[in-house]
Amino acid sequence: MKDKLRTLFFSTLYLSAFTFGGGYVIITLLKNKFVDELKWIDEEEMLDYVAIAQSSPGPIAVNGAIVIGYKICGIPGIAVAVFGAIIPPFVILTVVSAFYTIFKTNPYIQSLLFGMKAGVSAVIVSVVWDMAFGIVKKKDLLLIIVMILSFVLNYYFKVNAVLLIFASLIIGVFRSLILSRGKRV
Amino acid sequence: MSIYLELFFAFLQVGAFSFGGGYAAMPLISGQVVDKYGWLSSSEFADLVTIAEMTPGPIAVNAATFVGNQTAGILGATVATIGVILPSCIFVTVLALLYARYKEMPLLKDALISLRPAVVSMIFAAGLSILIPTVFKSGSIGFSEGNLSIRPLVLFVLSVFALRKLKLNPILVMVMCGVVELAVYLVL
Repeated sequence: MKDKLRTLFFSTLYLSAFTFGGGYVIITLLKNKFVDELKWIDEEEMLDYVAIAQSSPGPIAVNGAIVIGYKICGIPGIAVAVFGAIIPPFVILTVVSAFYTIFKTNPYIQSLLFGMKAGVSAVIVSVVWDMAFGIVKKKDLLLIIVMILSFVLNYYFKVNAVLLIFASLIIGVFRSLILSRGKRV
Repeated sequence: MSIYLELFFAFLQVGAFSFGGGYAAMPLISGQVVDKYGWLSSSEFADLVTIAEMTPGPIAVNAATFVGNQTAGILGATVATIGVILPSCIFVTVLALLYARYKEMPLLKDALISLRPAVVSMIFAAGLSILIPTVFKSGSIGFSEGNLSIRPLVLFVLSVFALRKLKLNPILVMVMCGVVELAVYLVL
């Protein structure tokens, strides 16, 4: 148990410290570590854990650490895995934050950051492009309406994100209930 | 309310409602941090997104640590970070328990189908709120003389091309944009 907890801690710590590129990347690496290398979780089960981590609210990396920690060592496993996963970003951003106050007024850093903002908006637009195409390709009118409406409401009318998330969750649940009733009849 | 409680509850909401990882947290973070509490200006928020892209770790945790540190020091960062992961710890643990028992969860899947398009739109909106002030000097779309900055626009278009056609690494693309801008600043 103690050895497992230690391995768990250092695995999530290491993966979290060296994974750039968001939740989906870290999920793949968690799978490599715990399914392929350590063989603590079987492949099938891991797929379900990935689904849980991705469909729950919160950072995917943290969610992934929770399901894997729970599977391996129960509640202590969760504590250890989550702790490992958040230490690296916490330490790095604390350091960055201390320097940011100094750097904010430095013209060299400012122009570097300004240029990078053009790049970061391109990255976001590119991600949105893929996601939006994925949705349009489903040829589901309701989803396209939800997409357009929530853009207009959020961007032009500044409607709160939490409200839009609730509304679209409710739409999904209602449709699912209506469709399943239709099937039974 | 004390700043620590405000930080805790602001990031608790970010943690509880960001479905779909990384970028999905962005509109929620800016809603709390920029619009509601004014802890960061929208230009500082754009810096934060840039920094979060450049460093490892989830953007929500990065943002909680950064904003907490900026507003209330290391204790603020700790409180905000706990707030952002607490909903995950509760929700995912319950799901893991339920999963161990039932191994299925169709209603959650159905609910998420219609959530995704809304999330995509809000990510796009957040992206626009970084892009538009970068490209238009006045901060809103307008083609009057002197409002459009050509250089960031060119950088943006080239970056989209580099990401989509050349499939370059996003961090590399961002760094190159920064370096070009810095080089121009040094030369001119």
